[in-house]
Amino acid sequence: MQNNSKSFDIQADKIKPPITSVGIIGWLKQNLFNGVFNSILTIVTLFFLWKVIPPLLQWIFIDSLWLTTSAECRSADGACWSIITQNYRFILFGFFPYESQWRPLSAIILLVFLLLISRNRKLWNKMLLYAWIAGLLCMAVLMKGGVLGLVSVESAQWGGLPLTFLLAVFGLTAAYPLGVLLALGRRSKMPVIRVLTIIYIETIRGVPLVSLLFMSAVVFPLFLPEGITVNKLLRAQMAIILFTAAYIAEVVRGGLQGIGSGQYEAAASLGLNYFQTMRLIILPQALKIVIPPSVSILISAFKDTSLVVIIGLYDILKTTQSVLANPLWMGFSTEAFLFLSLIYFICCYAMSNYSRQLEKELATK
Amino acid sequence: MNTANADLNPSSKNIIEIIDMHKWFGDFHVLRGINLTIKRGERIVVCGPSGSGKSTLIRCINRLEEHQRGKIFVDGIELTNDLKNIEKIRAEVGMVFQHFNLFPHLTILENLTLGPIWVRKMSKADAEKTAMYFLEKVHIAEQAKKFPGQLSGGQQQRVAIARSLCMKPNIMLFDEPTSALDPEMVKEVLDVMINLAEEGMSMIVVSHEMGFAKSVAHRVLFMDFGLIVESNTPEEFFENPQHERTKLFLSQILY
Repeated sequence: MQNNSKSFDIQADKIKPPITSVGIIGWLKQNLFNGVFNSILTIVTLFFLWKVIPPLLQWIFIDSLWLTTSAECRSADGACWSIITQNYRFILFGFFPYESQWRPLSAIILLVFLLLISRNRKLWNKMLLYAWIAGLLCMAVLMKGGVLGLVSVESAQWGGLPLTFLLAVFGLTAAYPLGVLLALGRRSKMPVIRVLTIIYIETIRGVPLVSLLFMSAVVFPLFLPEGITVNKLLRAQMAIILFTAAYIAEVVRGGLQGIGSGQYEAAASLGLNYFQTMRLIILPQALKIVIPPSVSILISAFKDTSLVVIIGLYDILKTTQSVLANPLWMGFSTEAFLFLSLIYFICCYAMSNYSRQLEKELATK
Repeated sequence: MNTANADLNPSSKNIIEIIDMHKWFGDFHVLRGINLTIKRGERIVVCGPSGSGKSTLIRCINRLEEHQRGKIFVDGIELTNDLKNIEKIRAEVGMVFQHFNLFPHLTILENLTLGPIWVRKMSKADAEKTAMYFLEKVHIAEQAKKFPGQLSGGQQQRVAIARSLCMKPNIMLFDEPTSALDPEMVKEVLDVMINLAEEGMSMIVVSHEMGFAKSVAHRVLFMDFGLIVESNTPEEFFENPQHERTKLFLSQILY
């Protein structure tokens, strides 16, 4: 009994950690003005911010023009957002027939909707899979037309945001599993598979994406038998998939190396075979480890889709450049590219944000 | 407790038969001719200095290591390179590791049901029922929904034992099951193993827990330089060791 009360006393005797911060002034002193050098640094930084930020805001919001003609823009001091408001339909949808542009718009809305509901891992079930299949069919019909009284639109006329999304979403969803397979192949005990995957990965990584895209556009058709053509868009898509997969493979391989031999042994001692071990034990852990670098690769692959301009596909970068080539709007590239950056930023930030959410959800400690 | 020896039926079948087994790691001859027969229900404790080949020996029994000469029979089936054969044997042989090797991304319950569902093709409900039964047995049922990282070492090792038991193995291999534990957790794991022994499970335990060996083992093996140097009942082994190496080893571990 006495023993009990004694141990209780030991537990009850708690001391709070010392108080370290003393309000805003304390924080400022500790972080911005501790020492002469840091104080000077703080003052210089504040001076530059004061010099840069107000004029920038003035340019963006106060002196800017939003719904004017280009002639009016030329005499204004502020940003000319009119280039966007006057041309947004071409920037977003390229040469898609003007009166049918509700179709790519609906396709994008559908895609974004599906992506948004797929964020929630609790909804990952058969229903969602069917929803994706139905959604993709709808998108195909909307883009391609030719049925249900919709005017047929050739893929050569697709452009702008739908093209960028198409290349990115299909590119990334196909590249990831392919990359995982390549990573497993590179660690395989079978020499033929291992050597082939090493050759593949090293070859692809040794070549710039631009040259792969050129090859897909120029060289690849030469090898096809006469009369057979593969759509240019599809070829570019393939090049992006093959390129991204090689990078994913190396990142996933890193994750696989991070899994200790104990996990393989425990799986083996239960009698699990190779595929079960990989699917149930190794990959779930390895892929979780490599979420941050994978997302880096996916983000850079998303931005790399803009390289398809060099083979004459009108993605959103190319449509923006086309607007700038119009003599009417020449000289407003800052505004146009800022708008473009904003679109890219929203997409990339959404990806990185989601990856952080996933990491949090998958934490097991 | 010391009545363990009485319950072994001398006519029971051999569950493990190892004949002149050799194993090399590169040039290093780690097992140099092991002959060992274990009867169904028999409990063996293997001890010996580090590097003597104890762990390698039991890892050869479920083919985590491949032997290069000699024969190993598990439950009458010879261990060969045939993958299907190996997976079948592994499902019959439970193994508990020094570092637990639980699957950190799965809950305790999922750790236990994985083997029965995927290897034994049990339904999820049945597998969970079995899992809960064995979790009760190792006194840890209330932790079923937690992840391994949230449990203490002793609890994790008990989960690892339960995970093996869910496969209803014919023999259990323990590879230094208490060496990685904090001292106050050793007993809870040994208690679970003693319970298991009392139910008649065949066991091979690589361990230096001499108290455990005395109370549950039918035989204690002493290994050194890749050979079984001495094999005897615990009484004889501890009180009347035959071999000089054994005497030296015992004098070093029983201070």
